[in-house]
Amino acid sequence: MLSLKQTRHLRTVLIGSLAWLVALAIFFPIFWMLLTSFKTEIDAFTSPPQLFFAPTLENYIHIDERSDYFHYAWNSVVVSFGSTFIGMLLAVPAAYSMAFFETKRTKNTLLWMLSTKMLPPVGVLVPIYLLFKDFGLLDTKLGLVIIYTLINLPIMVWMVYTYFKEIPKDILEAARLDGATPGQEIYRVLLPIAKGGLASTILLSLILSWNEAFWSLNLTASGAAPLTALVASYSSPEGLFWAKLSAVSTLACAPILIFGWLSQKQLVRGLSFGAVK
Amino acid sequence: MANLTIRNLKKVFEGIEIIKGIDLDIKDHEFVVFVGPSGCGKSTLLRLIAGLEEVTSGHIHLDDKEITDMAPAKRDLAMVFQTYALYPHMSVKKNMSFALDLAGVAKSEVESKVSEAARILELDHLLERKPKALSGGQRQRVAIGRAIVRQPKIFLFDEPLSNLDAALRVQMRLELARLHQELNATMIYVTHDQVEAMTLADKVVVLNGGNIEQVGSPLELYRHPVNQFVAGFIGTPKMAFLNAQVKASDAASVTVALDSGPVYTLPLDGRTVKVGDVVTFGVRPEHIQVADAGVSEFSVKLDVTEHLGADTYCYVKAPNGETLTVRASGDYMGRYGQEVSLVPELAHCHLFDAEGRAIPKPGAPAQAA
Repeated sequence: MLSLKQTRHLRTVLIGSLAWLVALAIFFPIFWMLLTSFKTEIDAFTSPPQLFFAPTLENYIHIDERSDYFHYAWNSVVVSFGSTFIGMLLAVPAAYSMAFFETKRTKNTLLWMLSTKMLPPVGVLVPIYLLFKDFGLLDTKLGLVIIYTLINLPIMVWMVYTYFKEIPKDILEAARLDGATPGQEIYRVLLPIAKGGLASTILLSLILSWNEAFWSLNLTASGAAPLTALVASYSSPEGLFWAKLSAVSTLACAPILIFGWLSQKQLVRGLSFGAVK
Repeated sequence: MANLTIRNLKKVFEGIEIIKGIDLDIKDHEFVVFVGPSGCGKSTLLRLIAGLEEVTSGHIHLDDKEITDMAPAKRDLAMVFQTYALYPHMSVKKNMSFALDLAGVAKSEVESKVSEAARILELDHLLERKPKALSGGQRQRVAIGRAIVRQPKIFLFDEPLSNLDAALRVQMRLELARLHQELNATMIYVTHDQVEAMTLADKVVVLNGGNIEQVGSPLELYRHPVNQFVAGFIGTPKMAFLNAQVKASDAASVTVALDSGPVYTLPLDGRTVKVGDVVTFGVRPEHIQVADAGVSEFSVKLDVTEHLGADTYCYVKAPNGETLTVRASGDYMGRYGQEVSLVPELAHCHLFDAEGRAIPKPGAPAQAA
């Protein structure tokens, strides 16, 4: 028989191992991608796959010669930050009115907004493509900013709404009695209190926009193409070049991975906002 | 100057009338307490005065100025919330100076007003702290400080003590009473606790179901409740109500027979009732004496007795099943189930007619509800 202390210890070890296992399973594809990006095309195809090999930078050199990485990276930065900025500009007032001036229809409006996310994007591809064509938005950064803002807005409103809901109404009423205008109420009281939640909303929106591929592939050619489109251009009809594809994917993921890693504390805090108080 | 006048004020929310036409005058320097059971509309009335709820109809005047539809900030009122509602991201000092900063008051003046308020509330050493590093009582004081620095015409308090523990509540109650004297300010205070109402108020407003039941000084309400609701609401333990029937009545006395047996003649103006009317006999625990069985015609059985030290509360049961509470001296020892008799002080007893209205004392002007 195990003593109570031993049982507890065993449980900690088991849960710890499980967590490590899950983490490794999630991390493994990224690790393998990174590894493959330093292999030659021959090594990349070898079966069984090799863990040890002579690393080479030739894939990265090839990518640098064939395409202008920074052009695509810049497009990614502009469209993700642009759409996040405009999205927040719309989401904060929307969530403010829904959280603090709730009516009988507020819940339905929120659900309706979220339900737009349930529609398969491909279902509206043709009408949106035609609209973009008519408005001259095809292959423009502005076009991508608009579409990303629209597809992320429901999630942003929901998140900001949830964070605002946690703030007691009394605090805003106190500000109102103290003489704050609606603008001052939001800017000087509400936003500073909700900053943790707002930061994680911004982060999530940046990540979603950065990783979005469906619309960027269909609505851009080269001028406004972000990194996701660059990655796609490497799965060419002449055959699969695993090593080069891994290298370009690594380059596409790296900025957002580094960004996410730097802000993970904020992200975790924001996402567990309501849970741990 | 701060004279508040409320005329025929109504509030309808989603088709339900919450405030049903209230008329009320609050004079300069008065400490007015709104008291009533939950859902009586007392908080709504306060929020209407503050401007946090929209008035459906009626008027509110502050001195000569109509403030019915004015923005909250322009009304020159400050409010202390039940939840304190401090700004969590600001220091105590910032919390208190926020209103003045918004109003563009000069830095040196803000500084002196905040330190003055901090001195009154003994918050000097806490000015740089954030609200989360304060205890409940300290937070409450900051919330009051935030109101004080603005030097408003009227202070509004929405159940400010109900989040504090019992000991702190008594202490803060005393501090509020002292503050009212020191600041010589007009205050409106909402509570469901009739002890707070009795101890703090110059004037108590008893609300029930969106209507004012009675307005008066604490002792007026205690001695001359205009109806059965006010009689039952003010005073602890509660007044006992016993069913009775009028046997005789004239301008100076009413004789009633209680369903539980005894017949009493009360010094009341009995012109509004006639023989045979069903009435309610009301008596407070402190206006009855317990005596040995057979001393009076009102014989009852002792239920539980509670010894509080100075007093003993005896819960007794009349032969017809009605129960009442009696306050006896601290050393009274009664056995459970013992037969005793009761002697009410008839000068302090009340009668209420079938609609619950109090039957007035002779010569007293008829009080409007």
